[in-house]
Amino acid sequence: MTATELPGPLAEIADDFRSASNDLKLQLLLEFSDELPALPERYAGQLDRLERVDECQTPLFLVVEVEQSSAAAERRVHLFFDAPAESPTTRGFAGILHAGLDGLSAEEVLAVPDDAPMRFGLADAVSPLRLRGMAAMLARIKRQVREKSAA
Amino acid sequence: MTGDDRKISAYAHPERLVTTEWLAEQIEAGRVGGPDGIALLESDEDVLLYDTGHIPGALKIDWHLDLNDPVTRDYVDGARFAEVMGSRGIARDTTVVIYGDKSNWWAAYALWVFSLFGHEDVRLLDGGRAKWVTEGREVTREVPTPKQATYPVAERDDAPIRAFKDDVLAHLGKPLVDVRSPGEYSGELLHMPDYPQEGAMRGGHIPGAASVPWARAANDDGTFKSREDLEAIYLTEQGLSPDDDVVAYCRIGERSSHTWFVLTHLLGFESVRNYDGSWTEWGNAVRVPIEK
Repeated sequence: MTATELPGPLAEIADDFRSASNDLKLQLLLEFSDELPALPERYAGQLDRLERVDECQTPLFLVVEVEQSSAAAERRVHLFFDAPAESPTTRGFAGILHAGLDGLSAEEVLAVPDDAPMRFGLADAVSPLRLRGMAAMLARIKRQVREKSAA
Repeated sequence: MTGDDRKISAYAHPERLVTTEWLAEQIEAGRVGGPDGIALLESDEDVLLYDTGHIPGALKIDWHLDLNDPVTRDYVDGARFAEVMGSRGIARDTTVVIYGDKSNWWAAYALWVFSLFGHEDVRLLDGGRAKWVTEGREVTREVPTPKQATYPVAERDDAPIRAFKDDVLAHLGKPLVDVRSPGEYSGELLHMPDYPQEGAMRGGHIPGAASVPWARAANDDGTFKSREDLEAIYLTEQGLSPDDDVVAYCRIGERSSHTWFVLTHLLGFESVRNYDGSWTEWGNAVRVPIEK
């Protein structure tokens, strides 16, 4: 895989979005928002253990877990997000990243190109300004993965 | 008359604000939507919030996609505005009620843009989306299909209520209201480690600007404070007078639309302009004066 390609699951989502009309893109995004998993018990009510993403219009909190394993290729990444129901767009971006990246290896997540959020054809549907939030989430996810897989 | 009605009737232009109760009655009576009815619009920061459920009969208007030009940093022109209005079944004389999230920031912003085009009868729902939802009133995901209306191509008239950077430079020394948070006003908030915020190269505020965060004009439930309370802030404390020439600004002009609405329609100031370039222009402009 080269650094310019999206990993499989994320690439599929990007294809779905790109082939949809603007109205349908919003509906798809709403589905990702609805399907974003709630925080697991161990993080519930503990937002201070999560990283705050201020670039989203409404702050979103996220935390990355990297499975500890001797073989680098087996270190799977798990993503957890918290964003209020009143922020469906932010939740939708988080939902896309969750569906597209959760369970991939640390190496695969780190190889996701930084401009991935621009590859969903969403700029016209939600405006480029709003997409900055997804880019900020991705940057933090990658930084956390880097930190947590360095050990 | 309810307490809310009394509060509203005390404002300088009470016709600019409606209550959730009034709106519920209009919906019940079938006066929302339809060719001669009231047009109800939801204007949110979040482009998907309307789709998660909205007030029955409401249509979505989006500040980025409908009101901003897609290329130039400016608002749409008269022809595009006519399309936006006509497609929502709005004619030039239609009563428009706008509501939204975030204490009506984006609703006030949309109302201000409508005012640039001289749409006469445009009002805000006091308390916005949050108050309607909190009161347990009906929301629906059903999107109405309005009958296309004919809206004239009205020329946008920026000068009376919109300030550009050069206007602000010429205005220095006269009243300026910075409605951002105290941290943004002082310039501290630009120093986010590692991650540049929605960016400005410099922090601080326009020289002479008074810090009056927009939220001081709102109650906890998102409704506007009473005229008396607003006068205590803007007239008594800040020393402004309704015949002053005032410019309000924030980061991109949305929160200052809220303050523009308060000063213009609730307190009856005659000359308030919103500087929509705001800090994302001023804080990035070369050699403009900045105060810290």
